[in-house]
Amino acid sequence: MTWADAFDRVPVLLASHIILAAAAMALGAVIALPVGVFAARHPKFGRVALGFASIIQTIPSLALLALFYPLLLALSFQALGFLPSLLALALYALLPILRNTVIGLNGIDPAVIEAADGIGMTRWQKLHIVEAPLALPAIMGGVRTAAVWTIGAATLSTTVGQPSLGDIIFSGLQTQNWVLVLTGCLTAAALALVVDGLLAMVTNGIETRRRWLWVIPLMAAVLLPVAILFGQSKEPRTITIGAKSFSEQYILARVIGARLKAAGYRIQYKENLGSAVIFSALSSNDVDVYVDYSGTLWANEMKRTDVPPRAAMNAAVADWTRAQRKVTTLGALGFENAYALAMRGDVARKYGITSLENLRLPAYEMTLGGDLEFLDRPEWASIRKGYELNFAKTRAFSPTFMYEALKSGDADVISAFSSDGRIAADGLVVLSDPKGIIPGYDALLLIGPKASGDGRLVALLRPLIGTVRVEDMRRANLMVDGQKMSPEDAAKWLDSAILKRP
Amino acid sequence: MNEGKTNHGPRVQISGVTKRYASGGGVTDITFDISGGTFVVLVGASGSGKSTLVKTINRLVTPDAGDVSIGHRKVGDGEPHILRRDIGYVIQGIGLFPHLSVAANIAMPMRIAGEDAAKRVEELLDLVDLPREFALRLPETLSGGQRQRVGFARALARAPGLMLMDEPFGALDPVTRDVLGRSYRALHDRLGLTSIMVTHDMAEALLLADRVVVLSEGRVVADETPVSLLGGAGGDVAQALVAIPREQAKRLGALVK
Repeated sequence: MTWADAFDRVPVLLASHIILAAAAMALGAVIALPVGVFAARHPKFGRVALGFASIIQTIPSLALLALFYPLLLALSFQALGFLPSLLALALYALLPILRNTVIGLNGIDPAVIEAADGIGMTRWQKLHIVEAPLALPAIMGGVRTAAVWTIGAATLSTTVGQPSLGDIIFSGLQTQNWVLVLTGCLTAAALALVVDGLLAMVTNGIETRRRWLWVIPLMAAVLLPVAILFGQSKEPRTITIGAKSFSEQYILARVIGARLKAAGYRIQYKENLGSAVIFSALSSNDVDVYVDYSGTLWANEMKRTDVPPRAAMNAAVADWTRAQRKVTTLGALGFENAYALAMRGDVARKYGITSLENLRLPAYEMTLGGDLEFLDRPEWASIRKGYELNFAKTRAFSPTFMYEALKSGDADVISAFSSDGRIAADGLVVLSDPKGIIPGYDALLLIGPKASGDGRLVALLRPLIGTVRVEDMRRANLMVDGQKMSPEDAAKWLDSAILKRP
Repeated sequence: MNEGKTNHGPRVQISGVTKRYASGGGVTDITFDISGGTFVVLVGASGSGKSTLVKTINRLVTPDAGDVSIGHRKVGDGEPHILRRDIGYVIQGIGLFPHLSVAANIAMPMRIAGEDAAKRVEELLDLVDLPREFALRLPETLSGGQRQRVGFARALARAPGLMLMDEPFGALDPVTRDVLGRSYRALHDRLGLTSIMVTHDMAEALLLADRVVVLSEGRVVADETPVSLLGGAGGDVAQALVAIPREQAKRLGALVK
């Protein structure tokens, strides 16, 4: 992907980013200003209000966004996209504006306030003639801080499905596409600097009573996103394709997207949704189509702990989604993305290991490398018990280093995802599971309740069922993870591979 | 300070006023009567309750008990901001609005009362002996004495009959203090104001007042004319305060012999 490609994606995301941040700032200010005035006059209330705002600030913004999802869902509001992002960001904008309003009002010379009372001003006159103008520089300082924070944190709204500059940052991080990451970061940073500068201009304009100085920034704030949005025509009914935050999900979303687009559908992607959020989003029609894994739904949504055979699990999942959530499980794409144990090909051949059963004796002298979660997951507990595996040593690695450790011999066996492209690239052997202990992680194509009613859409997607082979998926993943191709290009290749195989 | 229109200072009656603060201080059961056109100075040490007492007159402080009347009206009747618009109020900290010009500061009492102030600003600048060019300047460009003159002009803007002054010269240098004190006394006489001023400086009180009220620990301990105070009346607390300027005058007199 080149800089030009990356910049192509900027305008729409930028407009959405500006609108979200501006709306959050406006909401934050509308709440914080009156509360700040009240807090300055009632110190006890002020301490409580500032304490509350400070506590909100300590919640990581990512968590705050995610927390609004179930909350809004429970209140049956639009739970994904604009509303949760707006609320979370507005809460963030609260503290700096609130604090600076209190500081600004408390910082006014008491003699000035006494004089204002003494000559007979009403509360309202005192506020707008004396207190507001004198506290304004401090308040605007808070507004500027809030603006910079809000613009920064708005990048995270992408995790709850609200388009922002975070879209390209998150996708870029996941696919190690630094051009995308830099484009997103630099645009967000530039936006923050420009807005900060415009707000400085507004402050200056108010202080020196040159009205035009704050008319310009105000117009810029309103007109820019409107202009950008008008430049991009708005579509009526759009199919939303969801994706979690890893390459395989980006690629499959684009395979689905390309097919629907070719048939004339308008489509949009909501990427980087968390595992906890994406299925609920599908149930509530915030997402129309996405691919999830049977074992994930089995454990996370259905709360089951037993391990039935793959086919039985897939059938049970399909029944459950239809009955409980009116979600159509169209079928399995044909490959699994399961936890697996993998070894270097040469080592496996030396010991003659092909399955987990062969691993029992050699394991006593081997080191197992797991990703950061694997060693604590129930899958590993079941494997260890089922195959009586006692490794000499276990070590946890971040995924990238895990593969390096296997190459260098620091680990002899690693936990891997069965569709990971690096399995083929590094010539690894995935050990088979003859006892069927590892739960199935078949990739399932899921369609939300509303889109399920669209027969044409269902018919367009049905041909994908059973056509994606694990070798092809690995190769496509490797194109993105290893060769830094864009998910679009990998999706094109994968689709052609699907078409070639009957 | 020169001409201005004649006001008729109202009578002020303070009866049984008590105000106690949790942190100590305040005033206890204070009663006295000020006839219209009198210049009364309240003197006392810090914490004697003199500021509190003055603020009960314009209701910046609400008494726990007792009443204050201006003319025939009790100050507790009606909205406090309406009451305050008819009382001039000058304080040690001056409290000019720093973001507004001298003219806007002086015109403020009229602006908030919805009155036209266009012509009045120049009259008021003349009244307090400030050049008319000062109208467009910001308070921060003025000296302390000039600022307090603006403070007086603002207090006099709506031609009140009653002036309350809380240490009005407290932050000024001795020369300015003396000039401004005498200017105000002249204005008091010419406009026929009722003036109530707080100070901790007995010399200032003796030189300006018609009547000196001495407060100690929230109670009136003396209520005398300057002449009778100098003649030894008013009791121990008052005499201890009078002794200071008298002693200073004696020592100054001894120096020139």
